[in-house]
Amino acid sequence: MLLASSPFQEIRLDRMSRAFGSHNALKDVSLSIRKGEFIALLGPSGCGKSTALNCIAGLLATTGGGIFIDDKRIDTLKPEDRGFGMVFQNYALFPHMTVRQNIGFGLKMRSVAKAELDKRVEEALNLVRLQGQGHKLPGQLSGGQQQRVAIARAIVIEPPLVLMDEPLSNLDAKLRLEMRAEIRRIHNQLGATTIYVTHDQDEALSLADRIVVLRDGEIRQVGAPSDLYERPDHLDVAEFMGYRNRLTGKVVSIDSARVSVAVGNATLTGTARDTLKVGDSAIVAARADDVEAGQRSENTVEAVVETIEYRGREFVGTARTAEGLELVFHAPQTAALGSAIWLAIDPARALVFGA
Amino acid sequence: MAVSSPPIYDRLSLRQRLALRGIDGVTILVLPAVLFLLAVFVYPFIYGLVLSFTPKEGGAFANYQKFFSDPFLYDTILTTLWLAVPVTVISIALALPIAFRVRLMTRQRLLTTILVLPVTLGTVLVAEGLLNYLGPQGWFSRTLMLFGMIDRPLKLTNNYWGVFSSLIITGFPFTFLLTLSYVTGIDPALEQAAATHGAKSWQRFRFVLLPLLVPGLAIAFCLSFVQAFAVFPSAVLLGAPAGPTRVISIAAYQAAFEQYDYSMASAIAMIMATVQLAIVVAILAIRNLFYRGSTAGGKG
Repeated sequence: MLLASSPFQEIRLDRMSRAFGSHNALKDVSLSIRKGEFIALLGPSGCGKSTALNCIAGLLATTGGGIFIDDKRIDTLKPEDRGFGMVFQNYALFPHMTVRQNIGFGLKMRSVAKAELDKRVEEALNLVRLQGQGHKLPGQLSGGQQQRVAIARAIVIEPPLVLMDEPLSNLDAKLRLEMRAEIRRIHNQLGATTIYVTHDQDEALSLADRIVVLRDGEIRQVGAPSDLYERPDHLDVAEFMGYRNRLTGKVVSIDSARVSVAVGNATLTGTARDTLKVGDSAIVAARADDVEAGQRSENTVEAVVETIEYRGREFVGTARTAEGLELVFHAPQTAALGSAIWLAIDPARALVFGA
Repeated sequence: MAVSSPPIYDRLSLRQRLALRGIDGVTILVLPAVLFLLAVFVYPFIYGLVLSFTPKEGGAFANYQKFFSDPFLYDTILTTLWLAVPVTVISIALALPIAFRVRLMTRQRLLTTILVLPVTLGTVLVAEGLLNYLGPQGWFSRTLMLFGMIDRPLKLTNNYWGVFSSLIITGFPFTFLLTLSYVTGIDPALEQAAATHGAKSWQRFRFVLLPLLVPGLAIAFCLSFVQAFAVFPSAVLLGAPAGPTRVISIAAYQAAFEQYDYSMASAIAMIMATVQLAIVVAILAIRNLFYRGSTAGGKG
């Protein structure tokens, strides 16, 4: 396929904004996307990620800034003139057309000759592994198959940019994992520049080359999945990346990047993500994976077990400290409800933010 | 103590056996409607059918022979069709673009109320109003004359156009509401999907929206057509009941209440019903050629 050779270098959002009355759904979103990149727009519901996607697609007019493909301004174009492919959350397949007609729709609108159209639709059917299903109506397919058709319909036109709006959110857990791998495989095969909107950090981490975290219509952080996972810039990004434990205290000592914070009776050490000085109030954030039940030692805090769940390889539970803070932890063995345990927080993985 | 024998479960109660056939207490509530239907629809229909085959003079088919041999009578079918079909087609053609616009509006209720108002006025009031408005001394002609667009008043009442406009005004709201419900039933994501994949607005209408609307529009056509076909008050008040707007219901009325030939009137009513039925069946048959499933874009 020719996707990777579409003649452009980058897609640029320059201070793209969208206001609904006095409410700013998007504020000065600037981003450069290289050809072939897979970008995930990640954020909680209402953060503006779908608004951003609709603005890029042209389904929603921007109220400020511009969108460029290299030096060509495109935010003034109608959606049908932008030539992008889009995969919708509810698939939006044309219910009265067969799978083949659905996939060929974009080519038909571009007046591609019949022979060429049939050939490309067949290639797309093979790519999404729906050989032999071309004659069916969308209503006769399962959710996962419908989503494959939607993906085929978007990529068969060989667009410079493929937009995906939470394409997996209507599928059950097992299918979601399968389709995630499928989307990654198709991306690897075609190298189509993709913007993928999701509220699921696992999806974003596993699919994207770069993740853009949005909050209240603004970009909070842009980076590779490992950057965001290990080194979130802000506490809200950290929360989104699974740092569910947040312990508030006062900074007692600083040793280059290592900061120690007094939390109740304990002193916890972590890696600073903000500039802090002794005496500042600070928040220690840690993932459940980095809080382990064990013996009293360095960097531990005492807590009483409140819940404990079996997760197959290990146990995950919640415990409450004497100060009333709830901590999520993991443990190799079960622990009795109501018993006091020591929770060790890995100083290399705990992050300290200014409060 | 005596040991009681275990209960036998292989006999179902009467209630259970009825429930298996889908009959329960609620079923009885249908009875009044069934009796009502039998009394005011089925019985009069059969009575009328039998009556139409027992003419004042001649054989069983004498009324029908008379109808189809007298152009003054059989022409009423064409006259009525010539009113009902254009009125229905134009109503739908007007309703469709308005429905597409209203679908996007946040304040649908006000507009819908304005559009639906004519229904509540009744055909006679609308006819009286139009008689004044469109008549030779009415505002319409006077305004056009004021601007020098015409020299003489237009003749818009007591002819075809009077009845035509009255039917449009009273029939449109009904057609519009039906059309609006079908238009809003289409998932807006389908149109967005068509647009992002390169379809211009006409192509989106032609390839996505229209095929999904055809089944609904067919129903709207049938209902509006039947309503227009039974035109009577406006054909008398606004039309020329002796000539160009002598519709089939006028023929039936004259047979019944001017010639007191109830048998002939029944025959005309049966012919009227047959023509309507033929058109409706034809439209529904065409509808069956189209996709009639869900108009949602996916599993939602």
